[in-house]
Amino acid sequence: MTDVEIPITTRKDWSSDQEVRWCPGCGDYGILTAVQLLMPELGVRRENVVFISGIGCSSRFPYYMNTYGMHGIHGRALAIATGLAVSRPDLDVWVVTGDGDGLSIGGNHLIHALRRNVNLTVLLFNNQIYGLTKGQYSPTSEIGKVTKSTPFGSVDHPFNPVSLALGAEATFVARTHDLDRKHMTETIRRAHEHRGAAFVEIYQNCNVFNDGAFEQITRREARASMLIPLVHGQPVRFGDAGEKGVVVDVQGRARIADVADVGEDAILVHDEGRQDPGLAFMLSRLATGPHEPTPIGVFRAVERPDYGSLVEQQLVAARERQGPGDLAALLAGGTTWDVD
Amino acid sequence: MSDVTDQGPDLHTVVIRFAGDSGDGMQLTGDRFTLSSAVFGNALVTMPDYPAEIRAPAGTLAGVSAFQISISDHDISTPGDAPNVLVAMNPAALRANIGDAAPGSTLIVNADAFEERGLAKAGYDTNPLTDGSLSGFTVYEVPMTSLTIEAAKPSGAKARDAERSKNFFALGLLSWMYSRPTDVTLEWIQKRFGSKPQVAEANTLAFKAGYNFGETAELFGAPMHIHAAAIEAGTYTNVTGNAALAWGLIAAAHLARLPLFLASYPITPASDILHELSKYKNFGVRTMQAEDEIAAAGAAVGAAFGGHLAVTTTSGPGMDLKAETLGLAVSLELPLVVVDVQRAGPSTGMPTKTEQSDLLLAMFGRHGEAPLPIVAARTPAHCFTAAIEAARIALKYRTPVILLSDASLANGAEPWRLPRLDELPDISVPYATLPNGTGADGAPAFLPYVRDTDTMARPWAIPGTSGLEHRIGGLEKADRTGEISYDGANHELMVRSRAAKVAGIAADVPPVEVDDPAGDADVLLLTWGSTYGSVAAAVERLRRRGRKVAHAHLVHLNPWPANLSDVVGRYAKVLVPELNMGHLCSLVRAAFLVDARPITKVQGQRFLYSEVESAVLALTDS
Repeated sequence: MTDVEIPITTRKDWSSDQEVRWCPGCGDYGILTAVQLLMPELGVRRENVVFISGIGCSSRFPYYMNTYGMHGIHGRALAIATGLAVSRPDLDVWVVTGDGDGLSIGGNHLIHALRRNVNLTVLLFNNQIYGLTKGQYSPTSEIGKVTKSTPFGSVDHPFNPVSLALGAEATFVARTHDLDRKHMTETIRRAHEHRGAAFVEIYQNCNVFNDGAFEQITRREARASMLIPLVHGQPVRFGDAGEKGVVVDVQGRARIADVADVGEDAILVHDEGRQDPGLAFMLSRLATGPHEPTPIGVFRAVERPDYGSLVEQQLVAARERQGPGDLAALLAGGTTWDVD
Repeated sequence: MSDVTDQGPDLHTVVIRFAGDSGDGMQLTGDRFTLSSAVFGNALVTMPDYPAEIRAPAGTLAGVSAFQISISDHDISTPGDAPNVLVAMNPAALRANIGDAAPGSTLIVNADAFEERGLAKAGYDTNPLTDGSLSGFTVYEVPMTSLTIEAAKPSGAKARDAERSKNFFALGLLSWMYSRPTDVTLEWIQKRFGSKPQVAEANTLAFKAGYNFGETAELFGAPMHIHAAAIEAGTYTNVTGNAALAWGLIAAAHLARLPLFLASYPITPASDILHELSKYKNFGVRTMQAEDEIAAAGAAVGAAFGGHLAVTTTSGPGMDLKAETLGLAVSLELPLVVVDVQRAGPSTGMPTKTEQSDLLLAMFGRHGEAPLPIVAARTPAHCFTAAIEAARIALKYRTPVILLSDASLANGAEPWRLPRLDELPDISVPYATLPNGTGADGAPAFLPYVRDTDTMARPWAIPGTSGLEHRIGGLEKADRTGEISYDGANHELMVRSRAAKVAGIAADVPPVEVDDPAGDADVLLLTWGSTYGSVAAAVERLRRRGRKVAHAHLVHLNPWPANLSDVVGRYAKVLVPELNMGHLCSLVRAAFLVDARPITKVQGQRFLYSEVESAVLALTDS
């Protein structure tokens, strides 16, 4: 299929007729808008696109996309999407999940989809709270978080979703946030271009149950000093004048330094294509939470054959080797005898 | 060796059990004896009994592996209650199996193995061959190990290696005793061990030595004859339930003209279905070993949405985990086949042992009103037909279907007449390709929950189909449009529609047949699943006693065939033998208000026909 055959579409074509029912002010609106605006630019046909979700606020997402979609059950979006992507490698399968859906009840499916490198674009909306069930702490909530289920503060150590994805050896790992449509759009575009499992953590504000969770780093005036943009081939620098940078010191630790102190040549140059995920993992550990300078952008983008293609190749190879399946021959393939 | 004089007694049926250490090759021996009996033309049923432990210490009771076969000159339905002949390759094999042997039966023991160490490992304080404890049996002590080593010498195999051929010695001896054809075994040895000529030669020599030992040792009298049974003409193969089920799924995909997708998590006793299906990639079969049972079910739902014949296979513990996903499939109304190879529970229970205790789980094991069709296989070979039937219902009615097998069917085997492909049904269903309604704007639209007036199935529109883009989910859907709906009246309509769709399948399944030759029986035995064989045998014996007994067997457990109510109402007594605490019995009582009585057993083993016979006598004489 060539590009000329793809009909020209607009956001309207990709928007379903369903009334969007997130709380007014929810960060999900910004993500939905970004995706709906991006779709016409991706060179894909509407009928070949499928959005799959689990349960939670974010998981309502498929209802609002005028594509094929499935609102599944809690935590199982990755499992369902894996079955679809493997059985139908011709489709463009997206997963929308949240920090509860994707990291708690569905954590197992997430790590396995990533390690298998299933051809999926996974958008994980992280708001550090359970929204749909009205405000319990989630696996990304900070220690000490006071919620309905932790009136004395949470004592659960949180996941860092990017670290987790890198630990699972995901081939594409990125982070963005709901207040910067341009960054979000470009990050999601990159994720979609990636063949294999592409994981994008999106910091998303729940203005009802966890308002301002990322405000310290994502509000416009804080971004320069609190967000560390990762750009492939570029020194990892931030600050209004790029005065801060990331260095790897002689102990092998990544840390933030003043460029003036260490010199420009000492600043780490970001290489998203490194096969070893170690350095990307180290970058993911720079911030202990969204109150310190935090890297965003593409942490890792490496090529590895995707699961569905490998499965498909085995089918093709078997057909070439053995010819197409012959049912009668299969049934008579063991020892047989005739009764007259 | 084939010109044996025809002078031995004629027998109708004999039950032989080969027992030895897991390393002694008893399953292989049993398989070979099975094949030569099948080729000879006997009716037969087999039952393997593997140890639960992966590698139990050699010579111990836990490491005993056995294979039972019943061969007959007439159609039989069970591997037999008690062996008439027990072959024991070591003391542990004798000790583990002697309790099952029929009084007066024949024991053939490998005398070489009954030395101090072997006896101690088996827990014998005294040698049973000399302490008089086997006086009720006809015991043949044959030094199989030393005779095998001696026989195999010309092959050049070392004594250690040659000793491993002793199972072929036993096979040769039994082949002589029961006048089995030898060429099929000898040919097989050449084919199987052709790449290792020394091993092939040692096995051949051991087999011939065993055969000749029978002929010349003058211990055994004349060889016995079991004449060929009258069997339907055709080409036969010996098949286990798990293999038949796997082949049935491939056949179903072929008949539906759909690709087959299987997602499974390894679990005893269902794993062999995954193993078998993973071989057939040239048939376009995609198999996926999922990270867990839930993922396997979820992936199957995803593939069903994508238009494949989607299957997940498991056993009881996996069924518990898949329950939520089955509810989703009920709500999505997508075709899905879920295979439950039942084993003894609860919890981990006895993974290698059989039971029928998942029927009520299959019926009711989901939250909310979530009915789905249930099909159950009755014999190992019937797993093939049952798999096609489960797929047919799933595809036609766009519903998950539970296919029940069990451990005894999974590992049991029987000869199976290969079906001609033109005997099999066309089970293909069309995908939706065009809009089927009008949207709010008046334009043609696809409405995913408009039902077929005949089947009540909703259209199956798969991604990639332009113009039919739609969203489905586990939230309650509005009738016709499939949009989210919290409307109470709509919910009731949808609940009743889903139930009516499943209930309506009763009109699309054959009526239950009643085996009541004279039509004058007053007792009905109602069965499902693997109890079929034992109960059919018990019914025959009861009739020989002059009892008027009818037998009806259910393949469709939900919905039941439409005539079941009439059938059950026709008999004064309804007895329901099941390997559980009375699942079908309670369903029948509730549905038909009849005083059906259970006959139950939960020992991880199939019914002996004598047990069923006794239970029926006790319940009908009281």
